Amino acid sequence: MNCGKCKTKAVISLPRHNAAFCKSCFTTFVHEQVARAIKSFKMFTPEDRILVAVSGGKDSLALWHILLKLGYRADALYVNLGIGSYSEESHRKVRHYADNVAAAHGAKLIVHVVEQEAGAGIRELATILHRPTCSTCGTIKRYQFNRAAVEQDYNVMATGHNLDDEAARLLGNVLHWQDEYLDKQSPTLPASVEGFAKKVKPLCRLSEREIAAYAVVNRIDYIVEECPMAKGSKMILYKEVLNRLETESPGTKQRFYWGFLEKQTKPEPATESMAEKDQRTLHPCQSCGQPTTAETCSYCKMMAKAKTATPR
Amino acid sequence: MLVHLSHPQRQVEIKGPKRTKELLRELNLVIEAHLVIRGDELVTEDEMLADADQIEIRPVISGGR
Repeated sequence: MNCGKCKTKAVISLPRHNAAFCKSCFTTFVHEQVARAIKSFKMFTPEDRILVAVSGGKDSLALWHILLKLGYRADALYVNLGIGSYSEESHRKVRHYADNVAAAHGAKLIVHVVEQEAGAGIRELATILHRPTCSTCGTIKRYQFNRAAVEQDYNVMATGHNLDDEAARLLGNVLHWQDEYLDKQSPTLPASVEGFAKKVKPLCRLSEREIAAYAVVNRIDYIVEECPMAKGSKMILYKEVLNRLETESPGTKQRFYWGFLEKQTKPEPATESMAEKDQRTLHPCQSCGQPTTAETCSYCKMMAKAKTATPR
Repeated sequence: MLVHLSHPQRQVEIKGPKRTKELLRELNLVIEAHLVIRGDELVTEDEMLADADQIEIRPVISGGR
């Protein structure tokens, strides 16, 4: 398989775009997708100071890398959750990237250690509070990232949420009809009140697989191991279901999430009940009298055709 | 070929030569959720993998966010 742009050997094919790319053209493709998201959702400008929330995983480190490569002023915050060897390893990966790549771009890493402020790691806190670990973790991370962004005068906070994250979250919200969370799925959330930083998701146009491939191609050393606390999470199940659909029908995830975003931006049409719509559009079939939108209903048309057609 | 898998970490020996997509199918893995890396280079689904190749199949799904 060859790159659709330069015809050299491809390293990845993207069925949803009906495309294949070599390393160099794939990197360009990813940068273009991020630049497009930043522009179309009015995320930030080159003058803004950005704080990237990094975890040591592929998405956040790739996001930091891409923003630096695109010439943005992006520092990062890492929250050490105190999950034993997993946190030690992820902290090492983040520190390694900060020292060996980000520093050369003039970017710095800020570190917050949960245990230093809370007196215990995330697992112990969740046990003490009788709360699920992932929800305790989410609250702490959101709080610390927002606090660092506001206190240290960053214009915007960027997270590594990708197309799969947003599609899976949307599926979960729709399955449980959690309408109140749908507004928060926009790739740009404004600083709605004093004390809230603006939040953006520049990777929302890229799938998880594309971001992992970007990290491999660009030699970004990230933690492949899954967070031990995320085992059996609903988000992973939703992603697996969506990936099965995506394999059968490429583009499903983007149509689902982007279609939702498009619907959000369009004003709601005037509401018309089903009965009102039927009364406006339907009338009796000239042949059988049953309601139809055409002069002759599709049943009568089909039967008329069946009677006149010659068998094959 | 020696194939390295994650979640949990393990190694399996698979007879080659074999195309990437056939390897994934044999291991019952979905392409959309995995990357296949030979040595330290990504390979596409139609790439022929030889018996002597060192292969890593890396999952890309992360959760809990």
